[in-house]
Amino acid sequence: MLDKTLAELAQGLATGEFSSVELTQHYLDRINAEDGTLNSFITVTPEQALAQAEAADQLRAAGSAGTFTGLPIAHKDIFCTQGVRTSCGSKMLDNFVSPYNATVVEHFNQAGAVSLGKTNMDEFAMGSSNESSFYGPARNPWNTDCVPGGSSGGSAAAIAGGLTPGATGSDTGGSIRQPAALCGITGLKPTYGRVSRYGMIAYASSLDQGGPMARTAEDNAMMLNVMAGFDPKDSTSLDRPVPDYTLTLNDSLKGLKIGLPKEFFSGEIDPQITTQVQNAIREFEALGATVQEVSLPNTHLAIPAYYIIAPAEASSNLSRFDGVRYGYRCEDPTDLEDMYKRSRGEGFGEEVKRRIMVGTYALSEGFYDAYYKKALQIRRLIQQDYVNALSEVDIIMGPTTPHPAFKLGEKNADPISMYMEDIFTISLNLAGMPGISVPCGFANQLPVGLQMIGNYFAEERLLNAAHQFQQATDWHKQTPGQ
Amino acid sequence: MEWEAVIGLEIHAQLATKSKIFSGASTAFGAEPNTQACAVDLALPGTLPVFNGEALRMAVLFGLAIDAEIGYTSVFDRKNYFYPDLPKGYQTSQLFHPIVGTGYVDITLDDGTIKRVGVTRAHLEEDAGKSLHEEFPNMTGIDLNRAGTPLLEIVSEPDMRSAEEAVAYVKKIHAIVTNLGICDGNMAEGSFRCDCNVSVRYKGEEEFGNRTESKNINSFRFIEKAIKGEIIRQIDILEDGGHITQETRLYDANKDETRSMRSKEEANDYRYFPCPDLLPIVIDDDYVNQVRATLPELPDARKARFLEQYKLSDYDAMVLSAYRDLSHYFETVANTAGDAKLAANWVMGELSKLLNQNDTDIKDSPVSAEQLGGLLLRIKDNTITGKIAKQVFEAMWAGEGSADEVIESKGLKQVTDSGAIESMVDDVIAANQPQVDQYVNAEPDKRGKMIGFFMGKVMQASQGKANPGQVQGLLKQKLDALADG
Repeated sequence: MLDKTLAELAQGLATGEFSSVELTQHYLDRINAEDGTLNSFITVTPEQALAQAEAADQLRAAGSAGTFTGLPIAHKDIFCTQGVRTSCGSKMLDNFVSPYNATVVEHFNQAGAVSLGKTNMDEFAMGSSNESSFYGPARNPWNTDCVPGGSSGGSAAAIAGGLTPGATGSDTGGSIRQPAALCGITGLKPTYGRVSRYGMIAYASSLDQGGPMARTAEDNAMMLNVMAGFDPKDSTSLDRPVPDYTLTLNDSLKGLKIGLPKEFFSGEIDPQITTQVQNAIREFEALGATVQEVSLPNTHLAIPAYYIIAPAEASSNLSRFDGVRYGYRCEDPTDLEDMYKRSRGEGFGEEVKRRIMVGTYALSEGFYDAYYKKALQIRRLIQQDYVNALSEVDIIMGPTTPHPAFKLGEKNADPISMYMEDIFTISLNLAGMPGISVPCGFANQLPVGLQMIGNYFAEERLLNAAHQFQQATDWHKQTPGQ
Repeated sequence: MEWEAVIGLEIHAQLATKSKIFSGASTAFGAEPNTQACAVDLALPGTLPVFNGEALRMAVLFGLAIDAEIGYTSVFDRKNYFYPDLPKGYQTSQLFHPIVGTGYVDITLDDGTIKRVGVTRAHLEEDAGKSLHEEFPNMTGIDLNRAGTPLLEIVSEPDMRSAEEAVAYVKKIHAIVTNLGICDGNMAEGSFRCDCNVSVRYKGEEEFGNRTESKNINSFRFIEKAIKGEIIRQIDILEDGGHITQETRLYDANKDETRSMRSKEEANDYRYFPCPDLLPIVIDDDYVNQVRATLPELPDARKARFLEQYKLSDYDAMVLSAYRDLSHYFETVANTAGDAKLAANWVMGELSKLLNQNDTDIKDSPVSAEQLGGLLLRIKDNTITGKIAKQVFEAMWAGEGSADEVIESKGLKQVTDSGAIESMVDDVIAANQPQVDQYVNAEPDKRGKMIGFFMGKVMQASQGKANPGQVQGLLKQKLDALADG
């Protein structure tokens, strides 16, 4: 059952091969057995999961089960879950039990899904390795000396390790796609506004987007069917009909125009990754696609622009964590200022504090025009690059990351080299378009991700292309050696 | 050299929406602490704001009422600072692109001249909660019921030159927002409050002096006192060779003085930037025209109409046109009684007196406009005298019935029987021989004034019920006969 997909498990539940309670117990046992090593969960909720599973089985017995009824998943600990600790990977929220459900969580509950628990993540989603988590790093199931990527590293590790068949993630600069690539699974960052952000603890509001993570594109489509849609509680969510993403998975790729941005195949990139990505593209050609070169000339500006905009928004978004109403409060504050300083100084980790300081600086009087305003101008240029390229081709393809998973601790001392791991993913958040990472081979026995990027609301086309690729290849079926 | 004050005002008007500007929680005043604060108002992790379109409509209505530019694209910005009653650590406001741009209001000065005061802008923002320092020893309580209540911040140009002008401006804005029905105007509850920016300079100078800002003053009287006090304080300092520190000051109504809160150096860097959780508000001509169509008659227009339609004095027209409820009451009385001048006198006189004495809003007046009109009809048809009418009115106020019922039950009907009046007049003349002699011996042109004495005596004898016109006529006739005889 380790490598079973959500689609296959749904089939098993439908045919009565196993019950949801049995299935849920299987994953709870896996978590018990393996998560001591992987540390992919911050909170496991066995009682709630089994109760949900039981309810799902009853629903099925009553003949009113839907596609997702009884399927276990996990939620990144950035999504608020009613009655369950929602820590966002931070000491600041270690004691925070959410009194409400995020819209995404509510959607899965409505669909009858079973929640196994909350997955590990970089603190407040700030990181590319899961090492900034207050709960310690999750580990890469392919090599437990390696990071699983981040910030949705717990979700990716749990799926790759067979501890859950699917999990939610969030992607602000690559936080779904990068860990998906490093752990050899499939993860989709939808168009900004496609999935509600309500109840997903904000890091950088104009970039954050929740999305699915699972073994296959088909599973991603099943999950996106549940997650996507307009939410009146999120002013930035878009009021557009949601298609059934599973219906177009088998469309032909004949005539699909693929663009390869030259900027994604140059610079500091592991040659094994380039080779695997090129092999994957030949596979698409075999499926009837045509390939041409495109240019995203402002790619080199994406990381500097991102590291102004995201910290600026974060510095404001994280102001609510002040020790006043919930979350961590320092012991015996002497006065208000002392309470603020020590609660925040002790409650936040190093990377979070670094970004709050960077963002505070960038928004300060006298610096706003030079930093924040300039970064917004660059953001428009980058967006225009994508619009231009996607007027010539249907899908842009390239590597998801420049390197495979790196060792724990390897990049900790050098934040900039850590930031550079997001070079191929980060610009897409600035542009707001959807992107998916699918497994396309290995480098040094570690998974390699192929990134596919489409125009606004091209999730159907991306999932279709990814699914067709997965029909022709078996990279996504590989599991870490036992 | 003569000093001149330069005053600019920032008025915070709470908009009378049912729910908050970014959440569905109620805005009602006076609930138990924190019972009207939802997840969004508490700034729980993950919560997001959703803009209340009713606040937009109200802001646009105000913009149209002061003939202002309307911001067809307005944007919410975050104003970042830490304070315990500011749950998100930022206030959502509009800095760069406000919903209302430049406009103006006209105020009437004491000498009757009209002065135009510029409105720089008006923008939407959310109110903060309240810190309660007194209830808990050594601790501060936080009540977030008010957090997220929509505010319209109305910023004036530094066009005012005296405390009186400032108060006239504040009253004008108060009258406009209450007439529009977008603010209840309740200053005691903080629904309408004012920050006063004051500086002084030598008259004729172009440059502004350093200014101070006195915050959150919540009555017309305190505004006047705070500004007057601040002008004197600044002039005293400057005349002693001192320097005015640019700072925020707090007006203490108990001590009637302002004191320093924080200086410019201690001021926050608010790090404004566009709120990424809210989309820009984009409106078009259709929307603006729809709102325009709902504009009610405003005080200036109504005053002009009152002057024209009811031939009121300028002062009466100004007072009676200022507030919708008052205007409506007056017009109903005037139309019922068929006498606008009499209606104006009664509404501004007896009615206002009792409303003030009982601290009652005109909406809650125990005597309805129709009832007061009915009373005035009885004066006009000589059923009662004006003096008796006051007695009847007080009985009506006390709930003793309509004018006719009170007149009937108390037997207050005017005496118009000329025989009865004549005998009272004769009695008074007979009983006051010294005054009669004075009258007879006086120059004819002085006699008119002297008749008042006899009037009073006769009215007293009739318990106020004698028809004053008849009494006067008879007195004059009889006294003149004595004089000429």
